[in-house]
Amino acid sequence: MSRYVSYRDFDWLLLGFVLLICGLGVMEIQSATVHTKFAGSHIRQIYWILAGVGVMFLMSLVNYQALLDQIHWFYIASIASLVAVLLFGTKALGAKRWIKMPGGNHFQPSEWVKLVLILAVAKFFAEMRQRELSWGDFFKAGAMVGVPMLLVLKQPDLGTALTYLPIAAIGMFLGGMQWKQGLAVCLAAIVGLGVVFYVPAVHVLKGYQKQRLTSYQDPDSDPQGAGYQVKQSMIAVGSGGIWGGKGTQTHGAFLPVPQTDFIFAAFSEEHGFVGALAVLLLYFIVLMRLTQNAQTAPDRAGTFVVMGVVAVLSFHILVNVGMVVGFMPVTGIPLPLMSYGGSSVLFMFLALGMVMNVRMRRFVN
Amino acid sequence: MFGRDEKVSALRLTASQYIILGIFLILAWGLWRLQVMQSDYYSLAAERNHTRNVPVLAPRGKILDREGRIIVDNYPSFSALLLRDSSRDLNGDADLIAQGLHLNSDEVRARIKRFASMPQYQPIFLKEDITPDELQFIEAHRNELPELDTIMAHRRLYPRNGFMAHLVGYVGEVSEDMLNQPAFELYNPGDVVGISGVERQYNTLLMGKNGSRQALVDSHGREVGRLGETEAIPGKQLKLTIDLDLQIAAEEALAGKNGAVVAMDPHTGEILAMVSGPTFDPNDFAVRVSRDEWNKLVNDPDKPLLNKAIQAQLAPGSTFKIIMSVAGWQEHIAQDLHVNCTGGAEFYGRRFGCWVKGGHGAVTLEKAIYQSCDVFFYTLANKLGIDRIAKYATDFGLGQKTGIDLPNEVSGVMPSEEWKIRNFKQKWFAGETISVGIGQGAVAITPVQLLRAVSAISMGGKMVVPHVINPTEMPPGYLETGHYTEVKSVALDPNGWNFITDAMSRVLLPEGTAPSAHVPGIDIAGKTGSAQIVSLTTRAKFKNSDALAQNGWFVGFTPRRNPDIVVCVLFQGGEHGRLAARLATQVIKAYVDKQKRTPQKMVEQPQNGTVDMGGLWSAPGDYGDKDGLQAAGFAIDLPKKRSVLATAAPGMN
Repeated sequence: MSRYVSYRDFDWLLLGFVLLICGLGVMEIQSATVHTKFAGSHIRQIYWILAGVGVMFLMSLVNYQALLDQIHWFYIASIASLVAVLLFGTKALGAKRWIKMPGGNHFQPSEWVKLVLILAVAKFFAEMRQRELSWGDFFKAGAMVGVPMLLVLKQPDLGTALTYLPIAAIGMFLGGMQWKQGLAVCLAAIVGLGVVFYVPAVHVLKGYQKQRLTSYQDPDSDPQGAGYQVKQSMIAVGSGGIWGGKGTQTHGAFLPVPQTDFIFAAFSEEHGFVGALAVLLLYFIVLMRLTQNAQTAPDRAGTFVVMGVVAVLSFHILVNVGMVVGFMPVTGIPLPLMSYGGSSVLFMFLALGMVMNVRMRRFVN
Repeated sequence: MFGRDEKVSALRLTASQYIILGIFLILAWGLWRLQVMQSDYYSLAAERNHTRNVPVLAPRGKILDREGRIIVDNYPSFSALLLRDSSRDLNGDADLIAQGLHLNSDEVRARIKRFASMPQYQPIFLKEDITPDELQFIEAHRNELPELDTIMAHRRLYPRNGFMAHLVGYVGEVSEDMLNQPAFELYNPGDVVGISGVERQYNTLLMGKNGSRQALVDSHGREVGRLGETEAIPGKQLKLTIDLDLQIAAEEALAGKNGAVVAMDPHTGEILAMVSGPTFDPNDFAVRVSRDEWNKLVNDPDKPLLNKAIQAQLAPGSTFKIIMSVAGWQEHIAQDLHVNCTGGAEFYGRRFGCWVKGGHGAVTLEKAIYQSCDVFFYTLANKLGIDRIAKYATDFGLGQKTGIDLPNEVSGVMPSEEWKIRNFKQKWFAGETISVGIGQGAVAITPVQLLRAVSAISMGGKMVVPHVINPTEMPPGYLETGHYTEVKSVALDPNGWNFITDAMSRVLLPEGTAPSAHVPGIDIAGKTGSAQIVSLTTRAKFKNSDALAQNGWFVGFTPRRNPDIVVCVLFQGGEHGRLAARLATQVIKAYVDKQKRTPQKMVEQPQNGTVDMGGLWSAPGDYGDKDGLQAAGFAIDLPKKRSVLATAAPGMN
């Protein structure tokens, strides 16, 4: 089916913008860690990016349709790996998220599960035969995403669990969700949140998680915990002004983890409103370019794959930047492409690899 | 139904793009809000975050005696500071802080609240002079309690055992009441100021001015740089007129007793020694005193916090007879007054007893003074009348503040007809005058008033203002008035004061009232007094309880003519003036001894300890001639070492 795949059809423009964002990220990581024990992180980040570009090319070579055909195995393997984490995982910072691999590396399954979910949801909705989403399919899709989500929540890793939500949401939306179903989702979300926060007997969230989620509304209620982080982040961003400042919040270590979750705050402090807006614009261009690729995809499955990536990326940006400017609670979700961290970088490039994969096969049919 | 290749709804894809656009607009609005609209607010917050004002404490000036020996010094100590410019929940941490610093957590919260109106960059002093384990607690909790910090402060070191405590006073944190007074408007809560004594009187001189340092800190409160520093201006040192050797002698004399000892140079009004007993240890509350400790001091019936030299208002008893004698002499009544004392006399239908039950027999003014005959002075008082007595007493400063440069001096009472009408809306009864004649009744004076009055009499009417600092050594412009050196002249017949002081010099002789206080070789003129607190009959009702024992007084000077020193002693519960006289003579002896030891333009003491001297004298000669002139040379062995004088107040070296 796909004999004429060529790198002429590779989305070099998209890659260019993506690498530009990565470059800004590396620059900011360097600046934020220069006098700390994390100094040199930006070099490691460059290695991760290079590795990411490599896996992106590899990913683009494997026909996504072939992947989709085997997706049920991947899905089963995902669930198994998440269960394995719960059973044999390494505990760090109060949560079991990693499996120790031979050779000393730690593997965090919840990241690649995201990828599998994008493909699985794409396949599910691509094969749907109705123009409108039936209630049965609605619940099937919900369960498909819900099961791994609960497993990740159990680790507990609220942030990553939440990133599975947009995958289901975009699938359902594009798959012909009825407005009643949308209403049901909203109602379920409201009731769920209510139960989690106001019924003490339900222990889905730990105390610190609740506090994290509520303290953004009133940062002064817990100035040293999560509220402190939000407050310091807002101070960092705000003190940047229009053109940026000296970055005293970042360099004085007032801003927590400025190279990972709060990298956008660090960037905003040093480069001001103008710089921050430019970065947002770059992300917006990348997202628009991605949706364009979704529109030109050779089949429904391709569109769903690309839009899954769009949804995850948008969600990350919304939650991370929203947190940095004080709109969102602290959930520990990094800013893709900019935040320091191998898992995050590799996931993004694998996801982009799938997008390229779809794009390169757009004329095949 | 549609096929596998059916496209996804283009409408919904476009809708997705608009949703994304919406999200980005919201985020951009978030950035705009923080970075453009509220940029100033957050810039300030960032500045507060990373700059910290650390006070640089000015050391308080030392207090020295007249020879420059240290009386009050400072020593370095650590204070615990609470920084409020971090975004910590201070009230939430109060329990842990209180526990670590051994404070009461409510006290900590109250303190935080009290300082709430102060600028955030000014830290709160939580505890001064922290112990090593409290210092350790702060160091160990740098991360958990980044708002805690320490600062090196100069803490006041006062002499041991309450030595000179009343005169020197003590410092403390400025209270809210004080801050409301105009005199303290420039002070901030937390400032340490003089609360009493010299510390209070000369606070502005001693205090200096705190500086501050703007430090750059990171989120752990570690200093990473400095922005600027305004240096502290240390307080100036203050030289008192006190002679430490005399002060020590006075302290030793009064040790363990109730009362006061004051010594003064009658020429200048310089106070040479001032003691009040019982005393307190100002080191215990150089910063903050616990409520219990404070209440104990305040409720003590012996009033240890009172400087009795200037704050005790008591009947002067027989010491008042000096004033009576002067009044009687000036009015030409006393010279020729002859009284037969039979142990008492009747005036206005009431019998007034003499302290000698059997009576003094025939008494003239001289004998009346050294024997302290009550009947003589009853008679004199009766002849003078209250207003003439009051005139002279007032001329010599009784019943008024002396103007000594110490806070909270009281005025005492010198009654007169007008005084009684003004205060009691009652006419003066002539019978009351009789009691006043022996310093009882409504008369109430302070030791320093009596000292000043007798000093003036000893100097032939030259009345000085007592003071504890040398005004010429003060920085220019510091003292607003020169009243310290003001000398008031009270008219006094030279024959009168010669006669009276001669009579006073017999008080310590065998025929006087205080022969046991006699010091051989020292010519002391003085007057004893024993003043009742309640009438003798009332006292008998209380089984002669010690609490109602009579107060002993003595006021005296040496030498008899042109005296160098005047001493006044109040010995509360001392029963008889001769006991007070003994205390006074201890001080006088110390003074005379010191004069003898101090070489005054004489030869320097030679290394080998002997001095060669020549002498001439007349004596019956070897050859039987009468009263021949004799001459010889002597080698006098001097003591190798002088007995050591004090080098500093106790506890200072």
